[in-house]
Formats: sequence, C-alpha cells, structure tokens
Amino acid sequence: MSRILRHRAIVEDDWTLAVDTAAAPSACDRWIVPLARWRAERDTLRAGALGVLLPNTEDVEALYPQIAASPLIALHFPTFADGRALTQAVLLRNRLGYRGELRAVGDVVRDLVFWLGRCGFDAIVPRPDQDLAACREALDEIRLAYQPAADGHTAVWARRRTGAAAPPHSDAR
Amino acid sequence: MYRYDQIDRDLLRQRTEQFRDQTRRYLAGELPEDDFRQLRLRNGLYQQRHAPMLRISVPYGLLGAAQLRAMAQVVRTYDKGYGHFTTRQNIQLNWPRLEQVPDLLTDLAEVQLHSIQACGNDTRNITCDYLAGVADDEQLDPRPYCELLRQFVALHPEFYWLPRKFKFGFSGATNDRAATRTNDAAVHVLRRDGAIGYRFFVGGGLGRLPLLGQEMNGFVPESDLLMYACAILRTFNRFGRRDNIHKARIKIVLREWGIERFRTAIETEYAKIRESDEGEQLRLWPEDIERMRTHFSAPPYRPAHEARADLAAPAALEGGFAAWLKRNVRAHKMPGYRVVFVSLKAPGQAPGDCTAEQFEALAELAETYSFGELRATYDQNLVLPDVAERDLHALWTRLEAARLATPNIGLTTDIIACPGLDFCGLANAGTIGVTQEIYQRFDSLEAQYEIGPIRITMSGCMNGCGHHSVGHIGILGVDKHGEEWYQVTLGGSPGNDAAIGERVGRALARSEIADGVARLIHTYLELRSDEEETFLECYRRLGLAPFKARLYGADAEAEADSEAAAA
Repeated sequence: MSRILRHRAIVEDDWTLAVDTAAAPSACDRWIVPLARWRAERDTLRAGALGVLLPNTEDVEALYPQIAASPLIALHFPTFADGRALTQAVLLRNRLGYRGELRAVGDVVRDLVFWLGRCGFDAIVPRPDQDLAACREALDEIRLAYQPAADGHTAVWARRRTGAAAPPHSDAR
Repeated sequence: MYRYDQIDRDLLRQRTEQFRDQTRRYLAGELPEDDFRQLRLRNGLYQQRHAPMLRISVPYGLLGAAQLRAMAQVVRTYDKGYGHFTTRQNIQLNWPRLEQVPDLLTDLAEVQLHSIQACGNDTRNITCDYLAGVADDEQLDPRPYCELLRQFVALHPEFYWLPRKFKFGFSGATNDRAATRTNDAAVHVLRRDGAIGYRFFVGGGLGRLPLLGQEMNGFVPESDLLMYACAILRTFNRFGRRDNIHKARIKIVLREWGIERFRTAIETEYAKIRESDEGEQLRLWPEDIERMRTHFSAPPYRPAHEARADLAAPAALEGGFAAWLKRNVRAHKMPGYRVVFVSLKAPGQAPGDCTAEQFEALAELAETYSFGELRATYDQNLVLPDVAERDLHALWTRLEAARLATPNIGLTTDIIACPGLDFCGLANAGTIGVTQEIYQRFDSLEAQYEIGPIRITMSGCMNGCGHHSVGHIGILGVDKHGEEWYQVTLGGSPGNDAAIGERVGRALARSEIADGVARLIHTYLELRSDEEETFLECYRRLGLAPFKARLYGADAEAEADSEAAAA
C-alpha cells in the first residue's frame, strides 16, 4: 500500500486505482475506476466502495448528478502545469457542494501541492519520486491569500472592510 | 500610488521565500530543469541568450522615487548597470545570475516591486493608460480597478496554470493610450446613465496571429469586475487549447467557436458566478472601491497662479527648450500643470534602456518636480505626470544633463523595439542595430518635424514584443537560412483607430531595411495631401500600392510583373 497526503497528514492509502480494466475488485476493497468503466459497471462491480476518476476535460457540472453520491472523486493532472483539474475541483467544492474525498492524481509534484490545497483537494497522491514530507510542508508555503478559492480564505478586500453592513444587492442586470 | 499593508508585505515575503527554496533545490540538482522552468517563468525568469532575463512587473506602469532608487541599486549590484523598459510597462534585466535572483527579489520586495507572474502561462502584469489621473480626456481613473484586479489574479490558485499567458489592459479615457485591444482582455472603465461599469473586450493578442479584442459586454456593473474576470479566466482555463503552444491563447478559442458561442459561454459562467456564494465573495462593495481610490488620490497641487509660468520667453531664447516643450510636454487637466515625457530614445541608446545613473536622476527629478511619481509608457518612454509650469525649464535642464530630454516623442526616432537577437533567446533577427540605422537617417529634428507623428515598431521575432503588427510602419525580423531578414507591415495602429498592419510583400535584407523604411517615409512626404495629413491617414487614403512600389525600388515592377504572370 502506498502512502499519500490526506487531510494534511501522511497516511497509508486504502484505495486502489484500477486503471487496468481486467482487474476485478473483490467485495471488501475500495476501488477507484475511470469514468468510462464506472459508467458501464458501477451497478455490477462488487467493490466495498467505489470512487471515480475523471479526465480533466470532463464537464463536472453536467456530470455531477450522476457522481454526487460517490465517496471519492479523483481528478487527473496529465502534467503538473495543466491546470484544468483545478477548475474542476473549485466547481465541485464551491458550486456543486461536493463534500466527499477530492483526490489529485497524475503528475502531482511538490510544487503543485500548495495550489491543490487552495483549490479544495483534501487527498493528494504525489508522483512516486516525490518526497511526501516535503509535499506536506508545501501545503503551507504561502499562508496568506489575496482571493477566495476553496480553502476557506476570506478575500483580502473583505478582510480590509471596516465592518459596515453589506450594501443591498444591485440587480441592475 | 498603492501602498502595501501588512498583508501585502507578508504575502510577497512568503512568495519570495517559496522561490528561494525552488531555486536552491534546482541548483542542488533536486528539481529537474523542465519542472523548474515552469516555476522560474512564474517568477519572471526567462532563459536568454547570455544569461537569464528577469522581468520585473511594474503594476500598471507606476513607479515611485524609492522604487527608482532601488532599481538603480539592483542594476548595479546584480546586472551591468542598466535596465530595459518594455511595451508592457515592465522592466527587464538581461544579466542577473540565477543564484542571486532570490536576493534580488528580496531587495525589490522592500520597495513593493516583484516578478510574480511576469512570464509563464498565467495572468500577466496589468497595463494601463500612462496618463491615468492626469489626462483631460479621462472619464474615470482606472488605477484603483487595476489594483483590485491585480490582487485578485496574483497567485490565484485556479488560474496559476493556464493554457497560455493572459494579459489585461485598462483605460478610462476617451483616447486609448494603452493599446488595450491588443490584450487578451481589455477593460474600459466608463460611466453610463450615472452608473460606473466596464466595457470588456476579449480575444486580442499579437504574435503569430495578430488580432484585436472583440466586445464581449458593453456594460458590466462596477461591483462585478472580479466576477467577469473570473468568468473569462475560467472559460479560458477549461477550453483553451493545450495541444499546440501556437494555438493556446484565448483568441483561438474565440476564433474556433465564433463570437456568439464564445460570448454565451462567458456570459453563462458570469451569470452562474453572480447567482452563487462565489459571486457574493467576489462582489466589490462601494467601500472596497472607495478605499482603493484613496491610494490614487490627486497630489497636493499648488494653486494655478503659483504653478503657472510664462514659457514663451525662455522658449524664444533657447531653441532646445522650445523643441522639448513642443514635443515632450503635453496638457494636464490641472491649470498650471503639464505632463512631461522623458524620452528613452536618445541617439545611440537602445530603445527603452535606462542606466543606473538615469534611474537615480529620475528618482531625484520625480521627487523634486512631480510629487515623487513616474510612469512607464506603452511606447517605452517615461512620464513625469504632475509638473508645474514654473518648474519646466529647470526640469528640462536636468533632463538634458541626464540625456533624457531628446525632443522626439511620437516622431520618427521614437522607435519601439524589443531587445532582439542581441539578447533574446527567442529572436530571429537583431533590432537595435536596425533602429540605430533608421535613427541616423532621420536624426535631424527638422526632418522629424516635417514628417510629423509616426509610429515605427519593430520585433525580432513572431512573438511581437515590439508590437510590429500595430505600427504605422511595422518591422518583423525573420530568419532565412541563418540570415537576418525583415518583413514590413503598414497601417497598423494600437489606439482608438486600432488596426492590424498589412504585410507589404517579401522581406528585405539586413542591408536594405533602413533604406526601405526611409523610402516609405519619403513616399509619404511626396504623396500627402497637405502638411496636416499624417503618415497613417495618408496610407489609409492611398492604400498599399504606392508604398509597395517604392519599398522595393526597381525590383517592384519586376515583382508586379511576375505576380501578374502567375495570376
């Protein structure tokens, strides 16, 4: 079993990513399967728990009604500099209200970790050559933020307010 | 100008330490070259021909005296004693050593300067009208909005790994002095029926496929600046192409989808943001904007009768002063005050270069004569925005002494150019030598005044940092079998009458290009309807043909014949 970051701690991973379509989960395992297989086999797969791996081109808003109940959604980084899964994560957390495990997989390097944390990922599977302890430290590389994302930071313009009440919402449009 | 508070200072310090650690790991062999590349670009570092190039962001082109002094110190300590101003109002250093860059950035952070997102596939430094706050054609000062947006996009985690770079340009005036529609997004701050809002254009960009931004929304309410920017950036992050670096800008999405589908996507995303908790968080309150406005309040101008001076008498006595007044000094919205342009285009100077001594002199002059402030312009010159008339002669004398008073703003020798092959790792051809040759042909001020306003722009490669596509005469350096050649475009403009220039024909050799440009200018002088008609107006009236015929001299007829034969 490999080790990953979950909720800021280094833990043993209790999920298996089944990219190999031939593999057959047994009833007590926790499996993550790619979206295509998940669609085809989710009612017949006899896994203890089933998570789904999405390509970073997937429209999470359109798909969400189908995957909302999944205990785990894994999002993919083909290279660490491809930020599409960051938008998927922010939409899942903020707009769609997903509260299950949001997991980053693929070319996940230490220098991506800070940005993952801000976008709402609570589980991070670093590339095998990465130092896990360094990855955990990277979550706090920068402890301030100008803008809100999906990690609870308040926007800096709101922090600077004097405490007066919000003005009425304008509905000019 | 904007003054950092504790949040700004702490955030910048932590960011600088993040990069210090990344650099340490790279130099220790713990971080592969390719991975480090992505990180250093987002801290302003390109690998250049001789050394790394460090681009320093100058937010919306505004510099204070303390920052100018720090720049003097930095270019002396870490570079060869000079810096280079770019068309995006930034400063580039050509000779820093990688291992010293974290220290350099730490020094800059002391004076609120940084290189965050100066390069790389992210939201770049925001550009703005260099006459913001002082122009008489201004509806609204765009700088408070620029700074609000700067803070929104700085280290934005969702938009830190975009398909390609993304540039915002702002204007709040009738005349567009910031080439806004050459940006991925242009924001025009305006008032409509008493309410403040923004007109957004999206999809501009130069480079291989030069395009001007198209109108997306004619009036986004003032409170929604960050929501609309978020909608654009999110749409770009999701749908921008990542399979081909040359097709990765947002302009390609617009082109492939067509404007209706593109607009629907952005407006739909904007509506979703607006109706959600995210919109509540991004919505700017009047208080937020008012607080930001106080950072850009007008300086304590003297009453007009104290600031005014009779300029006619000294001008009559000194021709140099008269020429400078005519070309480098412009109207100011306050009676008794003027806007002074500082030319970075002296003879023999690479366009936009500024030495340590000049940085220091400018700090001193800004403090003495312009409330401690200076702006970088889109044309690679500088502006002292608030000079009292009574100080103009003294200022001119001191600018002259620092070689900063060449009276050529907007004229033939005010050439815009990227650093070209001499420095840049991307360039195909040299630029500085060619600008000097053109300069020599039109060195006399009489000749330049005769020619009048003209914009000659030059890039050393397709990427178009010298904005050749929007020059009245644009020159693009290309590589042909290891030799430097130059393509000419005509009729481009970055302003209200924005247009992409038209390519004239085959490229000219290094030995021909300066003479070719001279022939184009002489053609204009012969063909203009009267002295009032500018080069651009003349070109637009007559079209390409007469200019093309003269550009290629005797070859043109032969070429026309062969084209006719081919047709």
